[in-house]
Amino acid sequence: MRRIRVAAVGAVTLSLVLTAAACGGGSTGGSGSNEQPRTLTYWASNQGASIEVDKKVLQPELDKFEKQTGIKVKLEVVPWADLLNRILTATTSGQGPDILNIGNTWSASLQSTGALLPWDAKNLEAIGGKDRFVESALGSTGAPGQDPAAVPLYSMAYALYYNKKMFKDAGITKPPATWDELIATGKKISKDGKWGIGVEGSNLSNNIHQVFVLGKQHGADFFTADGKADFTSDGAVAAVKQYVDLMAAQKITGPGNAEYAQNQSLSDFAKNKTGMVLWQTASATFKAQGMKDDEWGVAPAPVPSGQPGAGRQTNSMVAGINLAVFKNTKNIDGALKFVKFMTSDDEQKTLNKAYGSIPPVKTAQQDPAFSDPALAVLRDTLATSAAALPQVPEESQFETVVGTAVKELFADAAAGRAVTTESVRAKLEKAQQQMPKK
Amino acid sequence: MTETVLTPPSERAARKAAPGEARAPRRSGRRRIALPYLLLLPALLLELLVHLVPMLMGITMSFRELTQFYIRNWSEAPWSGLDNFTVAIDFDAPVGQALFKSFLTTCLFTVLSVGLCWLLGTAAAVFLQENFRGRGFLRTLFLVPYALPVYAAVITWAFMFQRDNGIINHVLHDQLGIGDSPAFWLIGDNSFWALLVVSVWKGWPFAFLTVMAGLQNIPRDMYEAAALDGAGVWKQIRHITLPSLRPVNQVLVLVLFLWTFNDFNTPFVLFGKAAPEAADLISLHIYQSSFQTWNFGTGSAMSVLLLLFLLVVTGVYLLLTTRGRKATDV
Repeated sequence: MRRIRVAAVGAVTLSLVLTAAACGGGSTGGSGSNEQPRTLTYWASNQGASIEVDKKVLQPELDKFEKQTGIKVKLEVVPWADLLNRILTATTSGQGPDILNIGNTWSASLQSTGALLPWDAKNLEAIGGKDRFVESALGSTGAPGQDPAAVPLYSMAYALYYNKKMFKDAGITKPPATWDELIATGKKISKDGKWGIGVEGSNLSNNIHQVFVLGKQHGADFFTADGKADFTSDGAVAAVKQYVDLMAAQKITGPGNAEYAQNQSLSDFAKNKTGMVLWQTASATFKAQGMKDDEWGVAPAPVPSGQPGAGRQTNSMVAGINLAVFKNTKNIDGALKFVKFMTSDDEQKTLNKAYGSIPPVKTAQQDPAFSDPALAVLRDTLATSAAALPQVPEESQFETVVGTAVKELFADAAAGRAVTTESVRAKLEKAQQQMPKK
Repeated sequence: MTETVLTPPSERAARKAAPGEARAPRRSGRRRIALPYLLLLPALLLELLVHLVPMLMGITMSFRELTQFYIRNWSEAPWSGLDNFTVAIDFDAPVGQALFKSFLTTCLFTVLSVGLCWLLGTAAAVFLQENFRGRGFLRTLFLVPYALPVYAAVITWAFMFQRDNGIINHVLHDQLGIGDSPAFWLIGDNSFWALLVVSVWKGWPFAFLTVMAGLQNIPRDMYEAAALDGAGVWKQIRHITLPSLRPVNQVLVLVLFLWTFNDFNTPFVLFGKAAPEAADLISLHIYQSSFQTWNFGTGSAMSVLLLLFLLVVTGVYLLLTTRGRKATDV
């Protein structure tokens, strides 16, 4: 009997201890400390052709950092499909990395959770000041009027990639510069199982990037100036319809593209099945698919007419990766040192060269390596005709609901159902109703 | 002294006669009652910890306005009363409408999937009851889908269902010439059937395994007696096999129902974050309403509603089937 009682008491105690431990995982609400000055954990996004490639690119640099500062950096490369959920989980539990990469479009959303260290004047000073970064890249680091939630790490822009062999076979001599030219070019290519332009119809983020730019060209933003969702304006409807019409009305995109979400359009491009793609920094992927550098060309993404520029001549979003410090870090000084290291001229050159992206740091951008024709197109686009996605807390919800609406419209187009102004408006209306009320 | 009140008078009289003797058996009786509970206690407490505590937290969350602004310290999220529930069950508004539609889709999907899993599993188990060469091999083969890791298996299906390069369309369209153009399976209306195929493929081996185990308990001489009385195979199945399997089936159907209704992995791996409307199962829908839109309060409210629904269905099911069984037992 006594033994049973002892066992019971033991079991109860154990359970209570475990309960307390489970509940104790919440955030401390503090803003960083220096309890663990010797180590850092870094979540990198997947920038190269694979996670393994990324590890090979980053590890030597992290070793360099350890040699300089004596701080060991534990690296984890997180695939894109998991990154946002991992960050949300880390935010909720307070148990996260010290430093992390974020897609720059998430900056304002993550900023609103309070999980990231704000880059106030003091913190920015620790890494050499705000002025080191290119203006357009700084525009995607958080809501206007607030301290940035992250600093730019890699910059990218959309451009039109074209398959030289397919252009030659179809008798096309120069890449299209306007949408009308693109459609005419696409129609010349689209026959015998070949298609003019590829899309990733089931990739929600990609859908958003494309319709956002088209929205700009139609004079529409997807949010009002005071940050309310505004998905059903005439311009927004026209933008979404124009994008889906590449498949629905113009028939220069293969119906199968509607279910693409894993870069299948780039495979089609490399296999000479699709003549053009609108993509950001595709060169590394083409190489991985076995394409030689002289088999593809790159040109600025199309505009309604004339030359790319600001406003209605926008032809890309400001794409890129930002580097953020998790507020709960136990090594805040080390984290700042690491950000300074990663945004230094040398590291910026090395890393951006490895990933085919453009350094958002002005001095590093001057390196001749970023002036070769393919990169020059991206660099000029970023400098003159790229716009930042709306920097509002609801950006990530916007990507989900409008991205899904575009995916469903592509599914309609692929199934041969009509895509009309009314059907587009109805889908966008539904998307807008799913947004949180303000 | 409630015990004295409850003790029957005859026993009380006996105790009066020999007080010393009566005490000993009573104490050991109490100990016998306490022992199983004490032994269960650790499991019960762990169950509380692992299942009930998070459930209670989820229920708490459903009464809060838990959006992205509060996830870092969710105990600070403002209380919102029944707002989350009102949003979820307002069937005139888009959120409620979508939830209701997803609920109906899930009901239809579950009925079909559980029905087919049970039918296939039972049929296979009954046929494999006969002793023949290769029976062991077939039994093992049939269990393969159950043994494969879900993620690997479903992602293989996702490749097979691709429109342009998948083997399903290669067989159906290129080789058999069905349809004018290759069909889409991962988007649009066909996605429901694609999901059903994968779900049945994944679920029926469990039905097979359970029914096979149940069949081992049916005495062979019952079949022999029935055969002597002139009952054919179908009659034997109808009058011996199925009634004897009743208790097994009662549990099997319930478990399959709960698993299928709650299935998240299959649609998530097959379709990704945004499932096509035709295959928008409720668990994925709730995930989308919370994780994808960062509105964990509404998501929790939907989960609580789902929990209540499943509890009611399970309760009613157990009540009906047990009562029915008792009636037949009498």
